[in-house]
Amino acid sequence: MMARYRIRRDSCCIACMRCVKECSFGAISEKEGKDLVFHHDKCVDCQRCVSLCPQGALYITEEENRFRHNSVFRKDDLKEILLQAETGGVLLSSMGASGKNVPIYFDKMLLNASQVTNPSIDPLREPMETATFLGERPSTVERDENGKLRDNLPPHLELSTPIMFSAMSYGAISLNVHKALSIAAEELHTYWNTGEGGLHESLYRYKDNTIVQVASGRFGVHQRYLNTAAAIEIKIGQGAKPGIGGHLTGAKIVGDVSRTRMVPEGLDAISPAPHHDIYSIEDLAQLVMSIKEVTEYKKPVIVKVAAVHNIAPIASGIARSGADIISIDGYRGGTGAAPKRIRDNVGLPIELAIASVDQRLREEKIRDRISIIASGGIRNSADVVKAIALGADAVSIGTAALCALGCHICASCHSGKCAWGIATQDESLRKRLDPEKGAERLVNLVQAWTQEIKEFMGGMGINSIEALRGNRLALRGVDLNQKELKILGIGYAGE
Amino acid sequence: MRMDSEEKDKKTVHGCIGERYLGCGLNSGTLHLEGTPGNALGAYLDGGSIFVDGNVQDAAADTMNDGLIAVRGSAGDALAYGMRGGRVYILNDAGYRAGVHMKAYGNKKSLLIIGGRTGSFLGEYLAGGIIIVLGLGHEKEEITGYFCGNGMYAGTIYLRCDKRPVNLSDKLITRVVGNEEKEEVLSPLIRDFARTFSISEEECLNGSFLAIEADKSKTYSQLYAAV
Repeated sequence: MMARYRIRRDSCCIACMRCVKECSFGAISEKEGKDLVFHHDKCVDCQRCVSLCPQGALYITEEENRFRHNSVFRKDDLKEILLQAETGGVLLSSMGASGKNVPIYFDKMLLNASQVTNPSIDPLREPMETATFLGERPSTVERDENGKLRDNLPPHLELSTPIMFSAMSYGAISLNVHKALSIAAEELHTYWNTGEGGLHESLYRYKDNTIVQVASGRFGVHQRYLNTAAAIEIKIGQGAKPGIGGHLTGAKIVGDVSRTRMVPEGLDAISPAPHHDIYSIEDLAQLVMSIKEVTEYKKPVIVKVAAVHNIAPIASGIARSGADIISIDGYRGGTGAAPKRIRDNVGLPIELAIASVDQRLREEKIRDRISIIASGGIRNSADVVKAIALGADAVSIGTAALCALGCHICASCHSGKCAWGIATQDESLRKRLDPEKGAERLVNLVQAWTQEIKEFMGGMGINSIEALRGNRLALRGVDLNQKELKILGIGYAGE
Repeated sequence: MRMDSEEKDKKTVHGCIGERYLGCGLNSGTLHLEGTPGNALGAYLDGGSIFVDGNVQDAAADTMNDGLIAVRGSAGDALAYGMRGGRVYILNDAGYRAGVHMKAYGNKKSLLIIGGRTGSFLGEYLAGGIIIVLGLGHEKEEITGYFCGNGMYAGTIYLRCDKRPVNLSDKLITRVVGNEEKEEVLSPLIRDFARTFSISEEECLNGSFLAIEADKSKTYSQLYAAV
């Protein structure tokens, strides 16, 4: 198999062997006589050696050897044909979709700002509200006999900023990542999500900032788990692999992962593609209500779906199922492992999904019944602001959060050898991530984004994030056709 | 529906007519139901016992973790989905998708025994635990439907018959249960089932049993080629 990358060094190298220790993929080894040997074919370009080389002597480049150029069968096409011809296997990859020709609509939308009329606000000088409430909003104001307001607010989540952390399961990522996410969520007054692998007992104390997930495998789901959370999420699908199930190999089901998932060590953990007790919206409503029963109607229930072609009517059904929040994961959403063909060819960009769902729920006059969390390729604060202006209540970030912890998106999570100690259960690799330091970096990231969000809002003359939600007049498109503008519900720049 | 609170730990409910979520998350005590409780009976059950004089509807024992559900009647579809521990006894028949993705972990071993027959998709994705279908009174007929055990990767399905179910996946293996296994594994489980409903243990154990298990040489892991 032809290597994908080539490792090189320059004359600054002192053969200290640091890179040999850091590379968990076996791409650099030590030769007798204190020298390095590069095994280019094993390199995944995770940048660990480059980042930690004390001399700055290492370089990783694309392999220059190439297949004969063909404008139809390109390099990856040919490589993958060769791999499948050799193994007969379904191609497995990780992280978000790499469909190069699917537009990133966030990059084709520009935000508004005030000039002269409706003056802008300086967030450094004036209060700016980013607190976000997720859950059903009561349709009426009720007062008791003395005229006092009656609290008729259904169970909801309160976030200090409209950014939360996406569901990533223990097993796919290490316990230290879960620790970092939970510490950061507590400090930021937002939420992290366990994913479908259960909640490690040492993290039960973060329950007020934890969302627990119930997926088709029902791993680690029991009454105590459901009650050790601020909200419960029913996972129907995820953006990286809509319509298919999950599969954590037995090799990753070790020690505490096994205990937390409640699956015997070494046994594969299969999440079936559908929940076999959900074949309709009515069945979904039943699972929503049974979860509410067991949590005494004190916690909101989230239903997470992948953005797919008929997402608007699906969301309408979910809004009518009794769920309080819908979480929509777009085409570019990440994963610890997914069949590559599915990842790259199924689903919808999140921008289009948010716009069509928000529009449909407004038309049906049920937008207040349910809140929308958007995810799948949110890279920065501008993406957050644009997602909210399109109609989301909040966003969740997965890949961006992992990048804050060191991830360089080499898309090798499924190998279990993550050199940054994130997507691995290997003890020596896990230790590379300090949960306290990681939490600090996550807090920094979200606080910086929040400050930027406030500046966007101030520039538009808006002092509350509520006033931005679904405010599509704040957006204009560039390089978009009429159909795209119509679905996004925005005008063209200059209109 | 009327509830008698005779004792602290024992409640009896008369005249159930389709009330959903009864006994949801129960973790101790005894609930005795008469009539037909509705969907999701005993979901997330974490201990205690539920006895039903009558039939139960869909999604009974969903994600059950511990305890006992005994039904002197039949069960609807999606019975014991994702069940991890405890016992579910159905005296008569169960519908489609019974025991899908049941599991076992540590000292928890989910056990589902059905006295009559089941519909298609019995024990799909089985990840642990034991399912027994006795087919009482249906000795000359098929006692389960299509796609029995499809995608299962651990656990065992026992059928009291000597014929392989129709269209069984080639990723499963079957064997006739020997006397030793019948005595040591099946007898104690079936004895408890028979005693619960005061029926004849000998009749339940009469005849040969077929065991269905995953072919460990054909695992999911072999499906993939990492890019």
